[in-house]
Amino acid sequence: MTDLTGRRATGHPRLVSGLLLALSSLATLASPATAQRFGAESFALANGLQVVVLPKHQAPAVTQMVWYKTGAADDPRGKSGIAHFLEHLMFKGTKANPPGAFTALIAQSGGRDNAFTSQDVTVYHETVAKDRLEMVMRLEADRMTGLQISDEVLLPEREVILEERRMRIDNDPTALFREQLTANLFLNDSYRIPTIGWEHEMRTLNTEDALAAYRKWYAPNNAVLIVSGDVETAEVRALAERIYGPLEARRIPERLRLEGPPHRAAVRLEMKHPRITQASWRRAYIAPSYRAGATGHAYALQVLAEILGGGSESRLYQSLVLKQGIALSVSADYAPSELGLSSFGVYASAKPGVAIPDLEAAIDAELRRVLQQGVEPDEVKRAEARMQAAAIYASDGHSGPANIIGTALSIGQSLDDVAAWPDRIGAVTPAEIEAAARAVLVERNSATGILLPEHTS
Amino acid sequence: MSRPTLNTPCPGSSRAPTPFGTTGTDVLRRGWPGRARPRGCFVLQIARRLAALGFAFTLLLAAVPARAAMPIQEVVGASGVKAWLVEDHSLPVVTLRFSFPGGASLDATGKAGTAWMTGALLDEGAGPYQTALFHQLMADLAGELRFSVGHDSFGGSLRMLKRNLKETTELLRLALSQPHFAPEPVERIRAETLAQLSRQARNPRSLSGRLWMRDAFEDHPYGGNSEGTEQSVAAITRDDLAGFVGAAFHRNGLVMGAVGDVTVDELREVIDKVFGQLPAGDAAAQVADTRPADNGALVISRAAVPQSVVTFGQAGPKRGDPDWYAAYVLNDIIGGGGFRGRLMKEIRDKRGLAYGVSTSLMPFRHAGLIVGSVATANDRVAESVALIRQEWQRMREQGPTQAELDDAKNYLTGSFPLTLDSTQHIAAVLVQIQEDKLGIDYLDRRTELIGAVTLDKARALANKLFDPARLRFAVVGDPQNLEATRPAHAPAE
Repeated sequence: MTDLTGRRATGHPRLVSGLLLALSSLATLASPATAQRFGAESFALANGLQVVVLPKHQAPAVTQMVWYKTGAADDPRGKSGIAHFLEHLMFKGTKANPPGAFTALIAQSGGRDNAFTSQDVTVYHETVAKDRLEMVMRLEADRMTGLQISDEVLLPEREVILEERRMRIDNDPTALFREQLTANLFLNDSYRIPTIGWEHEMRTLNTEDALAAYRKWYAPNNAVLIVSGDVETAEVRALAERIYGPLEARRIPERLRLEGPPHRAAVRLEMKHPRITQASWRRAYIAPSYRAGATGHAYALQVLAEILGGGSESRLYQSLVLKQGIALSVSADYAPSELGLSSFGVYASAKPGVAIPDLEAAIDAELRRVLQQGVEPDEVKRAEARMQAAAIYASDGHSGPANIIGTALSIGQSLDDVAAWPDRIGAVTPAEIEAAARAVLVERNSATGILLPEHTS
Repeated sequence: MSRPTLNTPCPGSSRAPTPFGTTGTDVLRRGWPGRARPRGCFVLQIARRLAALGFAFTLLLAAVPARAAMPIQEVVGASGVKAWLVEDHSLPVVTLRFSFPGGASLDATGKAGTAWMTGALLDEGAGPYQTALFHQLMADLAGELRFSVGHDSFGGSLRMLKRNLKETTELLRLALSQPHFAPEPVERIRAETLAQLSRQARNPRSLSGRLWMRDAFEDHPYGGNSEGTEQSVAAITRDDLAGFVGAAFHRNGLVMGAVGDVTVDELREVIDKVFGQLPAGDAAAQVADTRPADNGALVISRAAVPQSVVTFGQAGPKRGDPDWYAAYVLNDIIGGGGFRGRLMKEIRDKRGLAYGVSTSLMPFRHAGLIVGSVATANDRVAESVALIRQEWQRMREQGPTQAELDDAKNYLTGSFPLTLDSTQHIAAVLVQIQEDKLGIDYLDRRTELIGAVTLDKARALANKLFDPARLRFAVVGDPQNLEATRPAHAPAE
């Protein structure tokens, strides 16, 4: 989606896109036994629940994830933040398990649980010792259909999400500005509204709103269950059929991802703030994703982001930071794993004393160089090799493959798509990158943001 | 408190870009996952290109591991350097971590930030390779080299592909033994460091932590920033940087952990090559043992933000103290373990006063702390402060219940093995066990050590450890109904 964070760099789950998909190359580089899709096996229950098993026997641990195919972009008009609020309320109890029981039961045996919400998905996960898998499956199945919400638990939790908003956004001028820029880039698209919600709407979210979202989207046929770790497919299948099998499928509405009208004018925003110490510049262009717009550009745009802003070898770093010495940091970001249209972003923070117009001119020159002179075959090959190596690292740890696969399946990609990622990245040609750049780096389709210290003019 | 560290951009972070701030807004988590700081790094961690910084922290968590079916081998090179190794050939990846004692405490008077800048500059040109070429070689090898600076140690981590083991570790050797410190990179990193300092000074989270530490330790090295001050960073010369390399990179006190697709013989060759030629060195610089001022003060630094950020804490145990394990369990009961802590229940669950509140033990080499943080809207933050004092008092008077003690022990022993899931996590644990001198069989004994904390022991320590009259607070924001006991010092700039 269109946050202004550098996903690849910050390591939070949104970076899923590049990095997570990257995972799959583990397949080709690890042993033949795990070749293809991390050894993932997939099946579906009669009620529509999709199940993926990722056997990995390094530690005696198991992670269960339930990915619901709904997120903030599904929030009804005027109810922004309800998907995320519901995620919090999912820990507030069912008939069988009173508030607090869920986490307490898991923690007593050393397990950890948490959840996260993005524009497209809401995900719950637990990591436990292998012999507790059945317990956490029962707990997740129970709250898939049995959630109870009352004002008594909802009202204090609403204060929690408001504090969360203050902490993440309102106390942080960069986050506030990012929110503004995103809302202005997307003229009508679902992603223009922040996942956490607008404060004035969050204050009104109530029990009925939460239950409505729950009834609308939470059902086995709108979820993907991923079990990774020290397990075998047969045992997971038996448990899943016994525990999740009895839940009834329900009719799930289509997920709408609205698109905007054509941009008729480039957007420019400028914000000054006393707690900003360093001027910075960002531009985001509307871009296709794997699922929306000119999807054929999705792989080439990932390589373009690497060439422009991927680390110390990138064009922007070499030019703005090293050669010209006018930027302290630079980046480019692109997240293909969106259900709706995505964005392609370029960012730089100015070295003290450097005027923003000069910084912008230097970035524009680099973008123009791509558009007019194209990219070099050698830099493309090297960028692709770095991306494929990152894919191997993505498997170094428990959660990587599960996150990649969950992200892909939740937006309608297949395990084959995941497995093919390194090859598809490796197959991207200079001509494809140039075509993607020409299609996307169109200033009219962009929003440019300039964030300045209050005292600077 | 984990947050300030995680979100603080650091020198050299330009290649781990953090456009328009570093908090992710598009993916929201239910709560913070109970990360902890690496010890001795408070808000002051160099995070070079640290995409996975967050992960790194989980394991550095104070009390180290429980047992895991994880055979550790000691590898001794011909030069005498030693590393602990956990072989895992399931993925063609190797992580090598190491730590030299000293860290920012070695910075000369008036030159605070020397260790920090050194860490940011080691890979900006070394041996036969200028900056750009060094970066290009490392990037093409897909090596991930990071340095971290704490008050007590200077650490490094290199994750690499098995097939590039030799070439990647050769670059590490050059970085540690022949760094250039050429004028262009030195000035660039100096500018980044200064920018970092000025960002921190306006960031309520960083500021709150820094205020607290400054008041706790004053002129002791722990009271300052590892990044230094505007003045000290401006004063650092190339000779200071080269001098730090000479003073810090010794075999004496060096510890290492390696994990992944590497054999004993291969590792022996690597450590001899990279570390075998370093000077033997003397004992680490003498830093005085100290104790935080814990006088119950509450200071307020006024800032125009909607939410006040609070750091609180008092003296706690050091890692080697006999009370360590009891304190570790008590910390979990009051403010650890994600959602289970007493503070989380009172402040978040019952009253919605904060998104999160947590505490952790911070065992520096020469002082120990128990520290926590919370952030609450200005008009309600006084309630959070009162609840923290109240829970501190309750813990002092009553200690934990048997059920709480059992739950915490089960959690702390059961959760640890589940986290040993990547080469980086495991290597970090290997290094920390050695830094703490816990012994190569520590993982086998950890469960027993935690299990031995009885209710009587825990209650006796609770009465000694938790003292609301000593609990200090540093508040940054515009709090209402909260009175400072004295004016805030200006934080170290």
